[in-house]
Amino acid sequence: MSFDKTTIARISRLARIATTDAEQERLADELGGILAWVAQLDEVDVEGVAPMTSVVEMNLKAREDVVSEGANAEGILKNAPKSAHGFFVVPKVVE
Amino acid sequence: MTPTDLTIAQARDLLAKGELSSMELVEAHIDAIEQNRELNAYITETPEKALAMAQDSDARRAKGEGNGLLEGIPVAIKDLFCTRDTLTTAGSHILDGFHPVYESTVTANMWRQGAVMLGKTNLDEFAMGSSNLTSYHGPAINPWKARGDDRRRVPGGSSGGSAAAVAGRLALGATGTDTGGSIRQPAAFTGTVGLKPTYGRCSRWGIVAFASSLDQAGPMTRSVRDAAVMLGAMAGHDPKDSTSADIAVPDFEAALDSGVKGMTIGIPKEYRSDAMAPEIETLWQQGIKWLEEQGATTVEISLPHTRYALPAYYIVAPAEASSNLSRYDGVKYGLRVEADDLLSMYEKTRAAGFGDEVKRRILIGTYVLSAGYYDAYYLKAQKVRTRIAEDFRHAFSHVDAILTPATPSAAFPVDEPPSDPVEMYLLDTFTVPVNLAGLPGLCVPAGLSGEGLPLGLQVIGKAFDEATVLRVGRAIEQAAGFDARPEGY
Repeated sequence: MSFDKTTIARISRLARIATTDAEQERLADELGGILAWVAQLDEVDVEGVAPMTSVVEMNLKAREDVVSEGANAEGILKNAPKSAHGFFVVPKVVE
Repeated sequence: MTPTDLTIAQARDLLAKGELSSMELVEAHIDAIEQNRELNAYITETPEKALAMAQDSDARRAKGEGNGLLEGIPVAIKDLFCTRDTLTTAGSHILDGFHPVYESTVTANMWRQGAVMLGKTNLDEFAMGSSNLTSYHGPAINPWKARGDDRRRVPGGSSGGSAAAVAGRLALGATGTDTGGSIRQPAAFTGTVGLKPTYGRCSRWGIVAFASSLDQAGPMTRSVRDAAVMLGAMAGHDPKDSTSADIAVPDFEAALDSGVKGMTIGIPKEYRSDAMAPEIETLWQQGIKWLEEQGATTVEISLPHTRYALPAYYIVAPAEASSNLSRYDGVKYGLRVEADDLLSMYEKTRAAGFGDEVKRRILIGTYVLSAGYYDAYYLKAQKVRTRIAEDFRHAFSHVDAILTPATPSAAFPVDEPPSDPVEMYLLDTFTVPVNLAGLPGLCVPAGLSGEGLPLGLQVIGKAFDEATVLRVGRAIEQAAGFDARPEGY
């Protein structure tokens, strides 16, 4: 698996992480190495094998669809880098 | 005996007899923490909270109340557990200043059982690492040094601060979390006991998420008995975590000394390789002999897909991490780097807030989940994972537990880590398959390397059979008689 800077630029955009030119170069090498190493999974015969969806055998529980806790806007906003009037503040998104 | 040298079980008995107060115990630990800051075991010390909690515990006891499993016992909490109003960093720059408005279920359970919090311990950033070197707050240091060698060593990771604190007598026990070995590998590197319970045994609610199908909290202690006691206080069903198992928590301490007579212990041949250090092989053979001498039968078993566990893990874990870590966006908590538009703000915040290893894993995860690659990577890895779980299921149809080495080597120097990411990942060779299959795994110190550094053995059990795992661990502990301790601690 060869990995180029264009691919790194594309996935870092998808992941919302800014990367510099030099970082893209280094990451192309590192990720290329890691993905070449995981390619050994191709040796495993998985014909007819179901992908794991539950780690231990159990049925997921359903709960009552009711409000249990929450309604703590003030407490939650205390951790926000920027807030006003009970809302999170972000850069302008609508002109 | 100085209070910081006690085991949890010893301290519990002295507290019950009134020969020791929680206050005395906590004061001794606060002193020890202050005197050993060079270990960088704690990111945040909470001495005032500890003293207040100790005072409450002593008051409860004076009234004839206070019969919790950890009543008055000072513990350290890995800084991945959200603790109400106490800084929680996950070892990352991006959570700067985060003070949760809620308490994780595991820590809440422990406080309900009377435990006292000494502080929050260091870890690899977002628990991604096997050395504690990826922490934004600098590496935690292993209290152990090699003979005649003054170089500082890593305590392993990701729960490296917890391991350093327990080995360095800066806490009687500590919580850890284990996604691919993050409790067991640091336990092995520091000569302590570390237990990763079955997936679902402890609630994940309020623990900063790394890889949700693999993460599991567990105890790190100085004896197998202490691990049993602490797990009892941490575990239990939690409606807030849909994967938390709704089954009773047994008294793990009750059967601890029943021995291994009549048990069948599997020895997986795939864990042996030509590359294995001779002293690891010797330790493993010694462990087999100890169990046989106590009446267990050992049989060779095969776990044919073992070698594919690490590559499968390095698809599944980054994929889940890339999704979980998308919440760090500079809006809700922590770091924010201002920019003119929203997208640039996200990108700059995440570029500045995450370290190199975390970025690497988010990008791998993003790639393997991206359009056109999902089937080739993630789906394939989840199928391989099914194969690995089947291997264990077959083995457990005729064995009670499995014995393996815990790590391929002893702790390495802080300044000479493996240079290549993949080489670093190989440190988790023996622990990762257990997470992929959701099983319980226990690391017990079993001896010293030629250089005088601790080495551990791993006991793997059936799902929800921690009791047997602890019993086997106790048998190894007794036979090994491991009483070496890091010099000066």
